[in-house]
Amino acid sequence: MFKLWLIPALPFLGFLINGIFGRKLPKAIINAVAIGSVVLAFLWVLKTGAACDWGATPLRSHYFTWIASGAFHVGWDYSIDKLTMIMLMIVTGIGSLIHIYAMGYMEHEEGYYRFFAYLNLFMFFMLNLVLAGNYLLLFVGWEGVGLCSYLLIGFYFVKKSATTAGNKAFIVNRIGDFGFSLAMFLIVINFGTLDFGRVFHLAPGKPVETLTAIALLTLFGACGKSAQIPLYVWLPDAMEGPTPVSALIHAATMVTAGVYLCTRSAVIFLHAPIAMEVVAIVGLTTAVFAATIGLTQFDIKKVFAYSTVSQLGYMFLGVGVGAFSSGIWHLMTHAFFKALLFLGAGSVIHACHGEQDMRHMGGLRKYAPVTMAVLACASLAISGFPGTAGFFSKDAILTAAYAHEPWMYWVGVVTAGMTAFYVWRAFWMTFWGEYKGHGHPHESSWVMLGPLVVLAGLSLAGGFLFNVPKILSTMPGLTPEIEVPNEGMLMGISIAAGLLGIAISYYMYVVNKELPGKITSALGGLYTLVYNKYFVDEAYDSAVVRPLIEGSTAVLWHGVDQGVIDGTVNGVGYEARSIGGLLRRIQSGNIRSYATWVVLGSVALLIVMGFMKGLPQ
Amino acid sequence: MEPSAVLKSLNGGVPITWYLTLSAILFALGVAGFLFRRNIITVFMCIELMLNAVNLSFISFAHQHRQVSGQLFTFFVMVVAAAEAAVGLAIILTVFKNRSTLNIDEIDTLKN
Repeated sequence: MFKLWLIPALPFLGFLINGIFGRKLPKAIINAVAIGSVVLAFLWVLKTGAACDWGATPLRSHYFTWIASGAFHVGWDYSIDKLTMIMLMIVTGIGSLIHIYAMGYMEHEEGYYRFFAYLNLFMFFMLNLVLAGNYLLLFVGWEGVGLCSYLLIGFYFVKKSATTAGNKAFIVNRIGDFGFSLAMFLIVINFGTLDFGRVFHLAPGKPVETLTAIALLTLFGACGKSAQIPLYVWLPDAMEGPTPVSALIHAATMVTAGVYLCTRSAVIFLHAPIAMEVVAIVGLTTAVFAATIGLTQFDIKKVFAYSTVSQLGYMFLGVGVGAFSSGIWHLMTHAFFKALLFLGAGSVIHACHGEQDMRHMGGLRKYAPVTMAVLACASLAISGFPGTAGFFSKDAILTAAYAHEPWMYWVGVVTAGMTAFYVWRAFWMTFWGEYKGHGHPHESSWVMLGPLVVLAGLSLAGGFLFNVPKILSTMPGLTPEIEVPNEGMLMGISIAAGLLGIAISYYMYVVNKELPGKITSALGGLYTLVYNKYFVDEAYDSAVVRPLIEGSTAVLWHGVDQGVIDGTVNGVGYEARSIGGLLRRIQSGNIRSYATWVVLGSVALLIVMGFMKGLPQ
Repeated sequence: MEPSAVLKSLNGGVPITWYLTLSAILFALGVAGFLFRRNIITVFMCIELMLNAVNLSFISFAHQHRQVSGQLFTFFVMVVAAAEAAVGLAIILTVFKNRSTLNIDEIDTLKN
């Protein structure tokens, strides 16, 4: 057989070895185990793919029955179809590159083995997520990647901000997972199974209201994992983690799990038009909203974090307007160029001795030419420059949006312009002008640059090498590209928006450097609002977090715990003591009084026996 | 007359009620002494008296029912009484050494 279990098992083995023995192992062995296991998993994916015609003939392996309760069965099933195949390639392929990069990036860090153990564990859960043949097994991976995300955001756990960011990510994800759990309960109630094949087979016959409820709850879960409004707040803070983690988990793979889930459930979504509309609006709103915040940030990783939120919004827009395969296409190209942007940012941060504020960078093109070249490729790709990977996928989504609702297209185009602006703003601020930081910047080693070059190639050529909508067109519900009459013009407008964004950023940050300051002071309050991320964190804090803490303190702590529970326990003790105080007086220490009690007791016993005519039988 | 016949007539002559009455009187005396005397030694002897009163009723019943188990009980009681006497007298001696009194009303530290 195909031994699908081997794909997740390899990273898991790596996790066990590095997690248990890593402390005592030399770095060479840790590297070999961590990177070897992921590369082997990638090779096994390739071998499996070649054997099953890249998912054209779906594979399915049932390993054992995990839960059996009456007629309800959940098996440990792995399955591969084209969608899974694409995800597997992205996860293991980009995962391998990032592992190699991390070997160089984390070289001088404490807890080297711990980092790679977590990273391998993440790979295991992520592969489990995409290989799963039913919702519950997917949920195992879903929760597992959340755990690893938490562990890796809080990797520098001596830093208070890192641990709080980890907690925030974990708790916000819990809220989304609650929605996903409810969706699964509804599926179990209405379908009696969680198996993908059977659910999607039965779905068309179910009432629209049920399917809408399931789809909306699924979307809520996806909003948590994929950082969409209203649950996007954790992703920018997640940048506290090491940069390879930001690239792998918080840009390329884990955060796209929500898009994967929605695409996997395409059949349910297609039968719930209202839910589709909500998905599109959530995606579009998030895309614009996050892009505007991205315009103003100065931390290079924060810029890319908001860009990730915005690009995920694009993917949801694609899903919402029915272009599932375009969403997955953008997922793939985004994985290429966003992983590259983050890894490039890591290289820049490395070059500037840990500095992340772009105002203290500048002029790096002289010191880090390779990093500059690869980041230029990624920036072109995300701006939708013609021919690059991002151009194809973004254009496919925007065209589909136009076919659905023209205004969505226009909002998307404006967002594309903003995206181009803030990414190139970061580029100019980092590489042009004079170096304003401390120390001497230096280029990174080739261990780090190698993966960057590969990713740069993919960012440029990935779009026409892998035409995802064409590959996925045979899958049920995943229609090929939607044809629109004046497609050429739409394409031209979106290209123009991207180029305009680049041009404006060049003018503002290279030619006329006084301009940004003037615009900032001219905008005044509006700028402050956007720079502070619309005060969403503060609003959540006062609307949800504070009331929850204060309510819990007043009701649960002081009321229930101290009042009811402690009160009962202490009350019982107090009463026992006061009754004991009365009984204590019997024990006088006088032997004759004891004797009197004994005699009186005996007499009482005799009297009772007399009344009962002998001992009770 | 043969000795067994003498015994038989004697046994028939004294009814079991008399033995039991004697036993009850002895027991009551023991209880009264236990309750009203203050000297530990006397109290102790009263306890022995109660034990022996019970022994007497055991023996009487055993004889009347022609069963040996009552007599066996008596032996047990005697063994326990002997052991108790040894321990009890030792305790009394120690108490007297420490407190120079044998009045039980004055020995009441173990209270509350």
